[in-house]
Amino acid sequence: MREIRYRDALREAMLEEMERDESVFLMGEEVGHYQGAYKVSEGLLDKFGERRVIDTPIAEGGFAGVGIGAAMVGLRPIIEFMTWNFSFVAFDQIISNAAKIHPMSAGAVRVPIVFRGPNGAAKQVAAQHSHSCAPFYTNIPGLYVIQPSTPRDAKGLLKSAIRSDNPVVFLEGETLYGVKGEVPDEGVEELVPIGESRLARAGGHCTIVSWGRPYYTVMAAAEKLSAEGIECEVIDPRTLRPLDTSLMVESVKKTNRCVVVHEHWPYGGPGAEIVDRLQREAFDYLDAPLERVSSLDVPMPYALNLEDTVLPTEDRVIDAVKRVSYVK
Amino acid sequence: MMVIRRFEEEAARNYAKGKIGGFLHLYIGQEAIAVAAAEVLEEGDYIFQTYRDHGIALARGMSPNAAMAELFGKDTGCSRGLGGSMHFFDVERGFLGGWAIVGGHLALAAGTAFKAKYSGEDRVTMCFFGEGSTNIGGFHEAMSLAGLWKLPVVFVCENNQYAMGTPLERTSPLKDLSIKAQGYGMLGDRLEGHDVEVVRERLGAAVGRARAGEGPTFVEILTYRFRGHSMSDPAKYRTRTELEQRKQQDPIAVVRGRLVDLGVEENALDDIDLEVDEEIDAAVRFADESAPAQEDVMMSTVLVAEDGS
Ligand SMILES: Cc1ncc(C[n+]2csc(CCOP(=O)(O)OP(=O)(O)O)c2C)c(N)n1
Repeated sequence: MREIRYRDALREAMLEEMERDESVFLMGEEVGHYQGAYKVSEGLLDKFGERRVIDTPIAEGGFAGVGIGAAMVGLRPIIEFMTWNFSFVAFDQIISNAAKIHPMSAGAVRVPIVFRGPNGAAKQVAAQHSHSCAPFYTNIPGLYVIQPSTPRDAKGLLKSAIRSDNPVVFLEGETLYGVKGEVPDEGVEELVPIGESRLARAGGHCTIVSWGRPYYTVMAAAEKLSAEGIECEVIDPRTLRPLDTSLMVESVKKTNRCVVVHEHWPYGGPGAEIVDRLQREAFDYLDAPLERVSSLDVPMPYALNLEDTVLPTEDRVIDAVKRVSYVK
Repeated sequence: MMVIRRFEEEAARNYAKGKIGGFLHLYIGQEAIAVAAAEVLEEGDYIFQTYRDHGIALARGMSPNAAMAELFGKDTGCSRGLGGSMHFFDVERGFLGGWAIVGGHLALAAGTAFKAKYSGEDRVTMCFFGEGSTNIGGFHEAMSLAGLWKLPVVFVCENNQYAMGTPLERTSPLKDLSIKAQGYGMLGDRLEGHDVEVVRERLGAAVGRARAGEGPTFVEILTYRFRGHSMSDPAKYRTRTELEQRKQQDPIAVVRGRLVDLGVEENALDDIDLEVDEEIDAAVRFADESAPAQEDVMMSTVLVAEDGS
């Protein structure tokens, strides 16, 4: 194992898959000459040339569609959205086309494509640039939705996504790009399977499910709670659709309580889906209502003092864990 | 123009100090366009701009205090600290927003023009965007409708040569974007943007046509931004020489030179500069001392309350 940053893990995944398979290419705004708006694709143009690392005009609907069309007849595109906020102008392509082609053709046509880019709030980029997009895409049958929290999962899951024959929505995090973590050594290939959750921290008192940026808020909160004698078990779903609840159910059977922490808005989404499944799959084991900690139900404000209150905080996580644990 | 220039230089300094966050896109180098536009528009007209919105907002008469306070995320800002640099609003002056999704606001501008036509009002809408915004669906659909319905709107494409790090030749097979107008059945114009008088004359003509019911115009104005795309862009994609060459046509220097040629004393111009410096310093103090953005404003403005408040 070695320590690398989340952005480098993503780059390695693309590089290795592009070396392995000539049909894989990367397309998006500023991915080539500029080396990526967030430097995720740094060096790829030099290595693979303009045929396979393609700078596009600002036309998300167009290049998402071009990717889908190319995928229908045998290429394996990686389509980068500079941020997921800009996927909304390509929403129709992803929902009406990418997600529908295989089912509508009764399995005759496959769409092996990955849409990827940073998702969620960065810092002070305000209402139009701070969307946590998982709820929009997890609602759609016909798509995989992956949101890795760690560099290791980012690399292993992106490689799996590129090899998948299904359309994949791959949600990264601008604030995660600089996060360092352990990743298998060069030459050691690891494919993290799509649709498997991961035990991130063991503990017997309270289960916490979290992913994306709040995953780190949760891990920090868990340390503080540990100092107070409350041991949290943290589970990272990694893939949001299909959703694997097996570890969560097992954990709740042991802890009898659970808090779900996510950045997306509280109305619906994977956060609500997890709660719905756990109350059915672990009903007899629950000692407290399931709780959720999410962003506040408002468009993201610009001012930092307000943004800090909108996003899930350590304090809100700690309070929720204490509430379901019936300790003050 | 000096107010805009000094305002933004001060904004950049305060960004470096951490007083301003998020994205900050400077208009430095393009000021003649905003100033000329403000000159030819009347009270009651509407304006839309991208995230690069400080210039036109100030030219339209927004106070530097309200603008700087917005950048500082304060309750006294023009969007009460909720919008930030990219989302200025000044409804009283018809400034209907800075918008951050490329191409997303063009149809809105067609919409305010539609309202003017619908209600028989003498109001023109002017909508600004970059050359990088002319490939996206939002551009095509807005232009299509405005052309079809002969709406009183002027589309101003500020062609500053780069969309983020990408030069025009890598995003468009056309060199002259103004010919796109033909496809929408509207007039096109194309001009250099460093001489405020030239810009005023040509934008004035387009506004005049819109006001006379002769429909929309697509105006491509060739300009250049002296800074990066935003504060996080080191602008490595262009050469120093290119930048220095372009700075020879600094719109402020051009105007200053003309005024001196006309016999205005250098001293008088320096006095104006000093006054502007003081105004901007005061705006920074005002922003610094203002109360932070308020949580109740954020919570209560998501929707209009059913009692109308
Ligand atoms: C739909 C969409 N895609 C991508 C972006 C990211 N982005 C913001 S500004 C920009 C470049 C725009 O260039 P241009 O239209 O020429 O305007 P300029 O910034 O030069 O004023 C890009 C790619 C965005 N805001 N919206």
